[in-house]
Amino acid sequence: MSESCSITVNGKQVRVSSGASVAAAVIMANEPCRFSESGEPRGPLCGMGICMECCATVNGVPHRRTCQMICATGMEVVTG
Amino acid sequence: MSVHFDVVVVGAGPGGMAAATVAAEAGCRVCLLDDNAAPGGQIWRGFKAETARKYPHGGSFIRWAARIQRSGCIAAQGWQVVDQPAPGLLRLDQVDGCGNERGEGRREIGFEKLIVATGARERFLPFPGWTLPGVMGAGGLQALVKAGLDPRGKRVVLAGSGPLLLAVGAGLAGAGANVLGICEQAPITRLAGFALSLLAHPGKLVEGARYRLKALRAAYRSGCWVVQAEGRGCVERVTLTDGHTQWSIDCDWLGCGFHLVPNLELPRLLGCRIVDGSVAVDRLQQSSVPGVSCVGELTGIGGLEKALVEGQIAGWAAAGPEPEALRLAPQRQRLQQFAARLDRAFALRPELRALASAETMVCRCEDVQFSALEGCANWRQAKLHTRCGMGACQGRVCGAAAEFLFGWKNVSARPPVFPAAVSTLASPEDASELLDR
Repeated sequence: MSESCSITVNGKQVRVSSGASVAAAVIMANEPCRFSESGEPRGPLCGMGICMECCATVNGVPHRRTCQMICATGMEVVTG
Repeated sequence: MSVHFDVVVVGAGPGGMAAATVAAEAGCRVCLLDDNAAPGGQIWRGFKAETARKYPHGGSFIRWAARIQRSGCIAAQGWQVVDQPAPGLLRLDQVDGCGNERGEGRREIGFEKLIVATGARERFLPFPGWTLPGVMGAGGLQALVKAGLDPRGKRVVLAGSGPLLLAVGAGLAGAGANVLGICEQAPITRLAGFALSLLAHPGKLVEGARYRLKALRAAYRSGCWVVQAEGRGCVERVTLTDGHTQWSIDCDWLGCGFHLVPNLELPRLLGCRIVDGSVAVDRLQQSSVPGVSCVGELTGIGGLEKALVEGQIAGWAAAGPEPEALRLAPQRQRLQQFAARLDRAFALRPELRALASAETMVCRCEDVQFSALEGCANWRQAKLHTRCGMGACQGRVCGAAAEFLFGWKNVSARPPVFPAAVSTLASPEDASELLDR
């Protein structure tokens, strides 16, 4: 099996296979990626960089499209 | 200052890879730009040369990946085109977090010939509950699983339309998901006609049969569609109908997409003529804009083989040798006929226009409800009055929905065609680092 790496999503440790997208890790952490204008929780929709529903703060940089980012050990993701 | 190429190809799916390979093999200086971390587009997402053989279409990926590597083409992953500031010049932004407020990751790149291969996205239609986490596109769910999401033991319902549903069902079942149902909105009569028409495409028929066998345990059902999704904080249950009765299924994920629509933003920005939702091209894939070709899903949703054939034609044409390009004309014609059959077989039923309730969000970025749009006369008015389509996705999701729901056409595209940092739009740096790879 492939190697794995570990990142944190809202402080929760998540272990994913090496090469996994950050969006995949956020879903596996059972966290929404963001809250909408009216406060609804939202998660990834398109999985391919189109819908922007998976945007979250990664390593302090806001509005990152997490479905197009690859997890790296130690990465910190903050959603909401 | 910008770096200049004979041929720039946008999109490293099958069409773009084929185009870039053929043009580079013919001696052109070629740059292939793509916004994902790795080449392959959607159908070859996550494929690696060592392991691809075990997946459907893995063989063709291995062949093209090897060829492009030998071709001398420069592949730049993680970049997207946001503007054409002048003819023959593209402005780029780096996707993966490097393009930020400090202005790193902005570049300009020049071209003699441009081949656009930006592929397609799913068409999403609003229904009550479709904004719940856990409700994803069918292709979206597949893309996420290919990108490392673990589906083992998850209860999954797939709904919507198109041959993709079957492929996703087979893929998810193979990866350990518990696929509880695959619900195709098209009626059996139309699907049967489509299956008969596939006799002209034996390769496709075998592919379809293979998916079918794998997904056999899941209930593939035609003539039914999703009514609503429910759950506290995320999807827990989905309700389906065949037009007569309704039934509910408890699930962890709902993958729901209504066939595909081409990603027309860049061709539109460049001024390419668009007819009936696809870019109009000549027999060499040339669009109405001199020097700009479009291939693959942009010219009509037709899948992998069509993209490969059109990509090669455009690549050869960009490099010069017209007879080479025209050698594939008969194949191209056959695959375009297949695309037209796909369109007819999976045309959307009118009942889907009635799925959204007054409170259902149509625009997910700006949270615009269905009721707010009912009084609008057209897409432009909807944007001005309600902010529908004005959010981060720039109407990529709600635009196709509004076209189906209200018949509104979106004919404009303005830069930047993807959200970009202000610094990207300011004076750009040259793209010389693309050459270091």
